[in-house]
Amino acid sequence: MAAAVTPSGDPQSIPALLMRNAATMGGRPAFREKEFGIWQSWTWAETAEEVRNIARGLMVLGLNPGDHVAIIGRNRPALYWSMIAIQMCGAVPVPLYQDAVADEMAYVLEHSGARFVIAADQEQVDKVLEVQSRVPGIEQILYHDKRGLRKYDHAALTWLEDIARDGSAAQQRVDAELDARMAVLGPDSKCVMLYTSGTTGTPKGVVLSNRNVIETAKAGAAFEGLTPDEDVLAYLPMAWAGDYIFSIAQAHVVGFCVNCPESTQTMMTDLREIGPTYFFATPRVYEGQLTSVMIRMEDAGRMKKWLFHTFMDHARKVGGRILDGETVSFADRLKYRLGDLLVYGPLKNTLGYSRIRVGYTAGEAIGPEIFEFYRALGINLKQLYGQTEATVLVAGHPNGQVRPDTVGVAWPGVELRIDDKGEVFYRSPGTFVEYYKNPEATAATKDAEGWVATGDAGYFVEGLGHLRIIDRVKDVGKLSSGQMFAPKYVENKLKFYPGILEAVLFGNGRDYCTAFLNIDLTAVGNWAERNNISYTSYQELAGHPKVLEMMQSHVEEVNASLADDPMLAGCQIKRFLVLHKELDADDGELTRTRKVRRNIIASKYEDLIEALYSGAPEVSTRTEVSYEDGRKGFISATLTLREAKVFPATPSRREAA
Amino acid sequence: MAQAYSTEGWITADGRKIGPVLMEMKNITLRFGGVKAITDISFDIREGEIRAIIGPNGAGKSSMLNVISGFYVPQEGEVWFRGAKRPPMKPYEVARQGIARTFQNIALFEGMSVLDNIMTGRLTMMETNLAQQALWWGKAAREEEEHRAAVERIIDFLEIQHIRKTPVGRLPYGLKKRVELARALAAEPKLLLLDEPMAGMNVEEKEDMCRFILDVNDEFGTTIALIEHDMGVVMDLSDRVVVMDYGKKIGDGPPDDIRSNKAVIDAYLGVSHE
Repeated sequence: MAAAVTPSGDPQSIPALLMRNAATMGGRPAFREKEFGIWQSWTWAETAEEVRNIARGLMVLGLNPGDHVAIIGRNRPALYWSMIAIQMCGAVPVPLYQDAVADEMAYVLEHSGARFVIAADQEQVDKVLEVQSRVPGIEQILYHDKRGLRKYDHAALTWLEDIARDGSAAQQRVDAELDARMAVLGPDSKCVMLYTSGTTGTPKGVVLSNRNVIETAKAGAAFEGLTPDEDVLAYLPMAWAGDYIFSIAQAHVVGFCVNCPESTQTMMTDLREIGPTYFFATPRVYEGQLTSVMIRMEDAGRMKKWLFHTFMDHARKVGGRILDGETVSFADRLKYRLGDLLVYGPLKNTLGYSRIRVGYTAGEAIGPEIFEFYRALGINLKQLYGQTEATVLVAGHPNGQVRPDTVGVAWPGVELRIDDKGEVFYRSPGTFVEYYKNPEATAATKDAEGWVATGDAGYFVEGLGHLRIIDRVKDVGKLSSGQMFAPKYVENKLKFYPGILEAVLFGNGRDYCTAFLNIDLTAVGNWAERNNISYTSYQELAGHPKVLEMMQSHVEEVNASLADDPMLAGCQIKRFLVLHKELDADDGELTRTRKVRRNIIASKYEDLIEALYSGAPEVSTRTEVSYEDGRKGFISATLTLREAKVFPATPSRREAA
Repeated sequence: MAQAYSTEGWITADGRKIGPVLMEMKNITLRFGGVKAITDISFDIREGEIRAIIGPNGAGKSSMLNVISGFYVPQEGEVWFRGAKRPPMKPYEVARQGIARTFQNIALFEGMSVLDNIMTGRLTMMETNLAQQALWWGKAAREEEEHRAAVERIIDFLEIQHIRKTPVGRLPYGLKKRVELARALAAEPKLLLLDEPMAGMNVEEKEDMCRFILDVNDEFGTTIALIEHDMGVVMDLSDRVVVMDYGKKIGDGPPDDIRSNKAVIDAYLGVSHE
C-alpha cells in the first residue's frame, strides 16, 4: 500500500503511520473498548481495515481533500477511526466537545464550514439537527449508535456502519484514488483542527500540521521512553488537543494500545481493570481519588487505620526520594518495601495505578499534598505545561526532578523565553500553523520568528531552572495601593482545601481583595454528615453558619501564608461569601475545561461584588440557572458576607513590587 | 390522531406499526369479598402499542394489571391472550407465556448485585437444573454465558453499566426502577406491564424513563401496558389510553380523545353533585 514516507522512510501522516503499524505489528492490539461487559480488542491490522473502509465510504459519499468533518462524541474506537479515515481522504477532522449545548456547537460548525458531521448517538444527532437550519453547510450527518434513530428522516442521515459497508463494497472503485490522496499527505498538510475552549471570547480553530503533531509526539515518546507495550485510557474529551496527542498521535508513532471506557460513569472501574502504564488526568481526577480513599479510611477499622497512617507517614518521608533516585538508608528502604506489600501495593491496585510508569497532570495547579501523596506511593506523577497552540507540550518535569510548585523545564525541541512584563513565550516544532479564518488573531499570537505568546505570567525559579507559572498575564493586575494582584495564585491556594471546589478573587483596581467561594458538595456533605449537621439542599449547606466558619478558617490560613510572600501580601482576602449555586459551564461561568470565566462571573454577580465592597452584612440575590436540557430557571438566596482576618506583611517585605 | 382503526392494525403518525390484538379483556369483574374492585371492564391491547391505564387513586388500575399478569383471577369475564382464552394460571406460567412486569413499590433482591437481579429475569428460560449449575460445567456454563450475553445487551441498552456489580440496596430510587425494568426485559416479554414506572421520580429521571420506554417499544417491538399518574407522561407516550374510575371504564381511546372526554375531566378535576 502506498504511503507518504520521508527519504529516511518515516511516515509523515497519521494514516501512513497506521499503515506502517498494520504492516510491522499487525497482530498487536491497537484499540480496546469495553462493551457488553467485555473488553473487545482490535489489532493494528484490523484497525487499518476498519479505517480504510470508513475512508472508502466517505469517498463514496463525496468527501473532498481539504473538507472539514466535525466529530462529536465520547471516546470510542469508531470515532477515533473516523478521524483517521477523514485524514486518509485528505480532509481534516474537527473534534467537538460532546457536552457543548447546541448554540455553542452551532458556532464551531458554522466557523469550520464542516460538510459532514459524525455524531456518536441520538443526543448528539439531535443537537446537530437543531442547529442545522442555522448552519447551512452541513450536508450529511453520520451516526455511530443507531439506538432511537430509526424513525428519523434518513435523507441526510446515515449509520456509520453503512458507510463502512458501502466503502468496503466500493473498494475496487475508490482504492486507487484513496491511496493517491494518502500519498500526497506531507509534513505540511493540515492534520487536525482543534477549537480552543475559549477562556476569552469565541473559540478559535487551531490548525495543526502533520509536522506539529508527529514531531511533538515523537519528542514526548523519546523523553519518556514510551514503548509499544504501553496502555493508555482514552477518557478525556476528544476535542482536547491532549487527547489527540496521547490517544492518536503518540499511539500511532509508538504503536501502543488505546483503551476506551464502557461509559463515562464507568471510567474509574475501567481504569482499575486496564491499569494504564501511561496516564493523563486533570488534578481534579487525582484529587477525587484521594478524597474517596481518605473518606473510606475514615470508616475503616482501627487496625487498618493504624497500618494506613503509619505506612503513609513513612511513604511521605521517603517515597518521593526513592522515586527520584536519591540515597535513602537501608532500614527506610526495607520499611518502604514492607509498606508496599501491606499498603501501597493494594492501594495502587484499587486506584488502578499498579502498572503506571508515567502519570501526567495539567490544566490547573495541583495541590502539593495531593501531588506528594501519589509520589509517595511510588507513582511517577509529573506536571505538564502546554496549550493547544503548541500541540500541547511546552514544559514538563524530567524524571527525578519533580517539584509540585513548578511546571518543569522546556520540552525537548521547545525554546522558552520570558519578556519584561513576565509573559512566557515559546517556539517549537509543535507551534501551530494558524487560527482558522482569523489571521489577525494568528498575527497577534505568533510573531514572524515563530515565538508564541502564552498569555501566562511566569518566571524561572532561581538555581533550579524550572518554570513557575503564576497566572494569566491579563488577569494579573494591581490593587489601588499598587500592590500586585494575582487572583489565580490565591484561588489555587484556596482550592487546595478539600471543602472548596472553586474560588474567584476580585480586587483589581480596588482597595482590598474579596472572594467568592464554592463548596465541594461531596467533601462538605460528608463532613456535615459526620458532624450531625442536617441540610436539605446545596444552597442550605453552602449557607450554614458552621460551613461559613470552616471557610473563614481556610481563608485566614491562606491570608497568613500570603503574608509571608512579599510579592503577594496585598492579595489577602478581607471579605468573602459562599455562593448559593455551583459555578457551571452550562451557565457560561466556567469553560468546558472548567476554568473560571472571570468577566462573566463579575458581570453576572455584580450585585454580590458591590455588596462585598459596601460592607453590608448580608445580600439578597436572584440568579439565572440553566438546566441540562437547556431550559432556564431562577434561584434566589440571601447570602451572609464574612470578614476574614488580614495579617500584616512580614518584616522581610521588600518595597520592590 | 385520526387513525383508520382496523382489526389488522394501523401505522401511527410517527411511523410505528400497530398490529392485531394481542390481549383482550372481556367483561372483567373482580371482587374482594363484598368490594367490587373492577366492574365489567373490556378492552384490548394490540401488538406493538403502548397502552396506558389511568385513573384516580383507588380506581382499580393495579388490580387490572394484576388480572393481566395472572396474579388475580377475576370472578367474571375472560382473558384472551394471543388468540386463545387463558385459563386460570400461576404467575410463573403467565411469565412463561411472555408477560413480564415491574412493580409499583419495587420488588428486587436488595442484597444481590444488579447483574444477578437481572439474571433472575432469565430464570424461566434456563434449562439446566440447580445441580448442573452448581457444577458449572458443559451445558450449564454455556447456558449461563448465553444468558449473560443477553443480560449485558440489556445493561448496555438501559445504560446501567456503571452499577453492574453494585448491590441493589445501595442504589437510589430512580436507578432501582431502571434495574426492575431491566429484569422485566431480560425475560424477553411479548407484553411488558409497568406499574407506575415514573412514581417518585424527578423530572430528569422521568425524561430518561420515557426515553427508555419508547426505545424498548421501538427497538424490541415490545407491547407495553402501563399504569401512570403523570398525565403529561401518559399523553406523550401512549398510543391508546383506558381511563378507570371507581372500578369502571369511563373512557378508552387515543390521548387526544381522552383529553377532551367529559367523563374523564370530571373524574380528574371533580364535579359538583347537585
